[in-house]
Amino acid sequence: MAIKKFAVAAYDDEAVLFPAVKKVRKSGYKLHDVYTPFAVHGLDVEMGLKETDLHIAGFIYGICGTSTAVGFISWIFTSDWPIVYGGKPHFALPAWVPITFELTVLFAAVGMTLTFCYLNQIMPGVKKHVFHPRQSDDLFVMAIELNEHTPEAEVIKFLKSTGAKETSVQTAEEGWWYGRWDKPEAYEALNAG
Amino acid sequence: MNDRFEIPARLRNTSLALIAVGVLALIGGIASLLTSHVDTERARFWSVLLHDSVFFTLITAVSIFIQAAVSLAQGAWIVAFRRVPEAIGANVWIFGSIATVVLFAIVFTFKDSHGVNTIFPWVTPAADDHIIHGKSAFLNKGMFVGFTLAAVGLWSYFGIKFRAMSIAQESAPKNDTKIYWKVFRMSGVFLLVYALTQMSTIPWLWVMSIDAHWFSTLFSWYTFASAFVSGMSLILLWVVYLKNQGNLGLVTTEHMHDLGKFMFAFSVFWTYLWFSQYMLIWYANVPEETVYFKMRQQGPYSIIFYANFIINFVMPILILMARPSKRNYFTVTFMAMVIIFGHWLDYYQMIMPGPLGADWHINWYEIGIFMGFLGLLIFTVSRTLSKASLVPHNNILLKETAIHIA
Repeated sequence: MAIKKFAVAAYDDEAVLFPAVKKVRKSGYKLHDVYTPFAVHGLDVEMGLKETDLHIAGFIYGICGTSTAVGFISWIFTSDWPIVYGGKPHFALPAWVPITFELTVLFAAVGMTLTFCYLNQIMPGVKKHVFHPRQSDDLFVMAIELNEHTPEAEVIKFLKSTGAKETSVQTAEEGWWYGRWDKPEAYEALNAG
Repeated sequence: MNDRFEIPARLRNTSLALIAVGVLALIGGIASLLTSHVDTERARFWSVLLHDSVFFTLITAVSIFIQAAVSLAQGAWIVAFRRVPEAIGANVWIFGSIATVVLFAIVFTFKDSHGVNTIFPWVTPAADDHIIHGKSAFLNKGMFVGFTLAAVGLWSYFGIKFRAMSIAQESAPKNDTKIYWKVFRMSGVFLLVYALTQMSTIPWLWVMSIDAHWFSTLFSWYTFASAFVSGMSLILLWVVYLKNQGNLGLVTTEHMHDLGKFMFAFSVFWTYLWFSQYMLIWYANVPEETVYFKMRQQGPYSIIFYANFIINFVMPILILMARPSKRNYFTVTFMAMVIIFGHWLDYYQMIMPGPLGADWHINWYEIGIFMGFLGLLIFTVSRTLSKASLVPHNNILLKETAIHIA
């Protein structure tokens, strides 16, 4: 993943955060993410996040579960090991519905959980850069990605004008990684240049 | 925001025309079916009236249940369009009275040429019919009359009372919670009443006793689920209509999304009960139970049986599953109409195989009576809606409902 420079601003009020997010989007700076201690209703809309496709994935996993169940059971009971149960036909669809339903739910649930973890970059053992230790406590933290066209002094000044309580510039890995952070030379190269 | 609902001339004329069609169908029915020499034609006259009056009573009574359930959960999302379930619930007494008259007429007067009541066989059981004699402690005229009067009376009372309390809140002092807690307490009482009527005894007596030899312990839940999802669809149709008229400014896509979720979820819930009832009987394969499905699935009603499954399960689950389709006014309106029609068919196949056997028709009489009830519903509910403000002013949850997010 890429190591990048971020301007970070911490807010202590939702009422300040929302207009600030709006201003950042209007100004054209690249909004990396906003970290909040709890789910803030409407923030996703304000940030312009696209609606998740998780449910489409869930539908596909569910269909996979349905076809696995129906396919597997019907193969067993009609061709691999056909047995007469209680005078029922070999292809006894009503009896299979509960299991088909369970397998649909199981596939959809497990698949969606793993997809959710992947999309949100959370997994056991995975590390992510923490922009502010209080982002999971009592501050709303906004990170803006910097590049050569957005001098940090200008961005910090802008963030202060939106009502930020604290601001800082950080060099960090933007994605997720396993194990230890072992690229200090990358930090130095960036901070030197 | 437009607070008051003026009944548009077009709506009033449509409803009156529908009522006229219903009355004509009724007159035609009296002339050609009731006076017929054929037993099933006379049974058809009464059972179609039974079907439509019971169906419309149950789906309107659902509106009272929704108000009670949401009030008890202190839900605010419904407040934006609360006047709609209130207006539907306040008219339950009309459909309940019609159903009572029809049911009593069938129980007390209907007989075929052999002196047998073919709609409610428990009224005139054969001397050696041990199954029905064994059930006579519950299936008798006294119980039938008692439960019917109690249920219709209580539903009518609560339906009118809930609306009256909601309107009284408008003139109460600002932020006064006295009425709010009164509604809260009465909602608890109503849920008990509803559980003992619609969710248990009433479907046993009104619908299940048509197949008096047969029983299913799931039956009342299944009919309740059927009525609930149609009742939700009915509310949704009114909300969409009123929004198109420029009323109900507080109702946003978020509220529609929640109504759509109810339609979707309870279609699946209905299927769950429908299938549970079917599968246990299919699996156990006991002749006195399977006879119910022999007629419906493999007999003359198989087309309705499978149409029922497709309209009430396959269509809602595929069409309403995605989020955008629940937030699209066209899709939810279309699906609401499909669901109401589908559950009307569902009640049709619960009721008709008993009295009619293979001689069923969906013809001018069935459609005419259905249109008559529909017209009556539109006429009465729109009249009630126009009598009070459509926005429940001074309701303490009004702000919460305005900022509701699904």
